[in-house]
Amino acid sequence: MTEVVVFCVAAALALVGALGVVVSKNPVHSALFLIQTLMGVAVLFVLQEAHFLAAVQVVVYAGAIVILFLFVIMLLGVDKAEDFAVEPIAGQRPLAAVVGGALLAIGLTVMVVAVDGSTGTSATFDPQTGQPAETALDSIGADGQPITDIERIGRVLFSDYALAFEITAALLTIAVIGAVVLTRTVSRGERLDDLEPASFDLPPVAPHDNQPDHDSAGESGA
Amino acid sequence: MILAADPLYGGDLLGDILITLLKAGVAFTFLLVAVMLMIWFERKLISDMQNRIGPNIAGPWGIFQTLADGIKLFFKEDLVPENADRFVFKLAPYLALVPAFLVFAIVPLGGDFNRKDGSDGVVSIFGHDTFLQVADPPMGILFFLAMSSIAIYGIMLAGWGSGSKYPLLGAVRASAQMISYEAALGLAIAAVVLQTGSLSTHDMVIDQAAGGYGGIIPNWNIVVTGFVPFFVFFIAGTAELNRPPFDLVEAEQELVGGFHTEYSSIRFALFFLAEFMNTITMSAIMVLLFLGGPAGPALFFPEGWWIGTFWFFLKLMAFLFTFVWFRATLPRFRYDQLMDLGWKVLIPISLAWFLLLAGLRLGDDRDWTYNETLAFMVGCIITFALLGGLLIGAINTARAERVREEADRG
Repeated sequence: MTEVVVFCVAAALALVGALGVVVSKNPVHSALFLIQTLMGVAVLFVLQEAHFLAAVQVVVYAGAIVILFLFVIMLLGVDKAEDFAVEPIAGQRPLAAVVGGALLAIGLTVMVVAVDGSTGTSATFDPQTGQPAETALDSIGADGQPITDIERIGRVLFSDYALAFEITAALLTIAVIGAVVLTRTVSRGERLDDLEPASFDLPPVAPHDNQPDHDSAGESGA
Repeated sequence: MILAADPLYGGDLLGDILITLLKAGVAFTFLLVAVMLMIWFERKLISDMQNRIGPNIAGPWGIFQTLADGIKLFFKEDLVPENADRFVFKLAPYLALVPAFLVFAIVPLGGDFNRKDGSDGVVSIFGHDTFLQVADPPMGILFFLAMSSIAIYGIMLAGWGSGSKYPLLGAVRASAQMISYEAALGLAIAAVVLQTGSLSTHDMVIDQAAGGYGGIIPNWNIVVTGFVPFFVFFIAGTAELNRPPFDLVEAEQELVGGFHTEYSSIRFALFFLAEFMNTITMSAIMVLLFLGGPAGPALFFPEGWWIGTFWFFLKLMAFLFTFVWFRATLPRFRYDQLMDLGWKVLIPISLAWFLLLAGLRLGDDRDWTYNETLAFMVGCIITFALLGGLLIGAINTARAERVREEADRG
């Protein structure tokens, strides 16, 4: 009973958030609705006793990814409400409708056709004993004690999927270093944004043509 | 593996709900009163340190000063700037306040953990056995990390929603600072989790309550994890709170008031409430992670649930005092120093220390001999010295490069 109530509330939160992301005119409001969706999904995770996933969902997605979205939205200055009548790319909307419809159809097909549920096979059984086969996902540890989902995830990540885990880690590190290298390339004579304080008293560099215009106050001041 | 689930649940539903509500209400009231006293304590202490008298009019020793300030703020005019995004502007203070409250739910506030009969801090409220903490979720300390990442939104949206420049600058500073220091915070917590073998806060207290070396030195994580994670956590925690010396977020000489420049009246008060509440919860989390929480030093002391609460408050006060002491003593960091400290000092140190602890833990599991452990330690020290040298070399090269480029230009 409690489970049904919690599920309904959390699912409604997630769905309303998802709608809000699409419908909001202001990108910052969209990002806020996205947080609502992520929170709703986190509650659903808790309901499935996937506590670790719920925490990671909030820490990584709500706490880092959406913050990055907001950073980009605020710093690029696209945080103004948009006019929906204008179509930025020609033919974008009919195409989006077709692709969206196709994705929905695929999803529904998988849900209806799949035998063991849409998320994969159910528990495999040992043919001899008829008991569930021993896998790393067993909820009973070697000493007969029940183990938490956190321990199970840890065990799987560092045994069966150790290689994939390490490759993912390396990939992320490379991506970070690559991003830093790309953004930090400084050609001589260009101004850096985080100078040593000793160099603050240097004469300002004349503005380049390719620099973005600042607001009118700055212009009139110059 | 310790698996402590709150013995409360599974009984009659009504009793469970009522007791949980009672605990939540007590924690909520406690935090509000604690904030009131904390603001008074900070003002009084800092005026002592600066040779002033401080608040002394409202109530005995000025103890009701905060109450008076709160009432005054409540009746002030509530301004919403013309350029503000009204919805976000009004939402932001609550987004700052709610995580501060929620974190306190996972902090064990009392219970006798030192008793030898294995009751492990279980107390009885109206005939129901339970823990003296609002909740003991299996995700435990991860909940703290999740909430501290949500707390960034309050500040960030306050800055953006104000539709003004100084708040936006303050908000961008704040979010960059809080995200940077969250990494060091997480790595310090990882060392504790490695030691405890559980994320549950209650298990952490049980683990630390066991008698330490010779039964005299307490088995607290500050000793067991070798002090380094504690100091990393303390520094990163201060930065996460935006308290001096890391208060660049509201650096009044540079940013007017930082992210809350445009706020007035009760919304302004809510930000301050959240800030002081965060100070108290962060101190409580530090007590929990490193100083044994409600578990006292394993000495001969009277028994009872209140002894845990007594120890908890004693340790909490020590941290609150230190925070005020920081504010009175240390000058504010410059922004580049702040980022350097986070990324180039705290994160490498805590990462290296975590690897060292993990190695020693592995040796413990594999029954390494004395010589093997010694060889491992020497190998670690050499590796870390090499890596640290490389890091320092890289930092100095980059700095020299920048200085040279600047010199070329000038």
